[in-house]
Amino acid sequence: MALLDLANPSRFLKFANSIIPWLAGATVLVFAFGLEQTMIAPDDYQQGATVKIMYLHVPSAWLGLLCWGLMSVAALGTLVWRHPLADVTAKAAAPIGAAFTLLCLVTGSLWGRPEWGTYWVWDARLTSELVLFLLYLAVIALWRTVEDPSRAARAVAVLTLVGAIDLPIIKFSVDWWNTLHQGASVFRIGGSTIYPTILLPLFIMAGAFTLLFATLVLAAMRNEILRRRVRTLQLMQANAAS
Amino acid sequence: METTAHIDFIAAAYAAATLVIGALIAWVMLDYRAQVRKIAELEMRGFTRRSAADSAQSAQQAEEAARLQTEEEA
Repeated sequence: MALLDLANPSRFLKFANSIIPWLAGATVLVFAFGLEQTMIAPDDYQQGATVKIMYLHVPSAWLGLLCWGLMSVAALGTLVWRHPLADVTAKAAAPIGAAFTLLCLVTGSLWGRPEWGTYWVWDARLTSELVLFLLYLAVIALWRTVEDPSRAARAVAVLTLVGAIDLPIIKFSVDWWNTLHQGASVFRIGGSTIYPTILLPLFIMAGAFTLLFATLVLAAMRNEILRRRVRTLQLMQANAAS
Repeated sequence: METTAHIDFIAAAYAAATLVIGALIAWVMLDYRAQVRKIAELEMRGFTRRSAADSAQSAQQAEEAARLQTEEEA
């Protein structure tokens, strides 16, 4: 199926109905394997067992950023290319991105208490991540505030593109400012500083989280298309009644 | 360091992940059921999308044409 064919909501629904069960199955399998690997992974020589929180925290952080990146591409799709599924993607992805960012903040706090001695510090990485979470909430609120979906889509697209400024700030905050949060340790010039026995479970869990994210976004997009059909039918019903 | 050290923080992190992921899955599944139910209710009242109605009509027309052709051949 050509990518352009998916621009048609009916074809997208067919595609989503056929692929979601496979994605869900793959998510369950990779999660089971990832959790087994995290259980048998050794403790870190400095962090001890609390390194196991990293297997949740790091993938959540990556997906929070990835989701806003996806929403930014969708925002361009709404404003520039006027792709019929662009605002559907943006609206469906926002609550999922917010949930993963919240999970990143919560697991980070639970890791910070035993390792740093505090749940929270106002350092650049933590604050910029909190800003991302607030931006997600703002996008969700904007979708609910503006009644006309096409006007809401344009307003959300502008907010999303402005909010994308936060992505490089989050990524490079540990380089630009003196932070309590550690610097890049997985993807960095000179290779990862994490030992392979800990890095492998982390990558498997990141794969599982990414599969889960893809499944949830596709399912939420399907729901959004159906919601718009309901709205159309309800308008027809209201017109018939008047 | 023993694995049991800070087990309460580790357990709380995994519980939070289970809660958040579970809530997301429940939200998506319940929302899907609600939308499908609403569409079914509206269609039962006779309100269907134009494209769906058109495709149903064209299928009916094709069936009628095939029936007429069979009758002519007979």
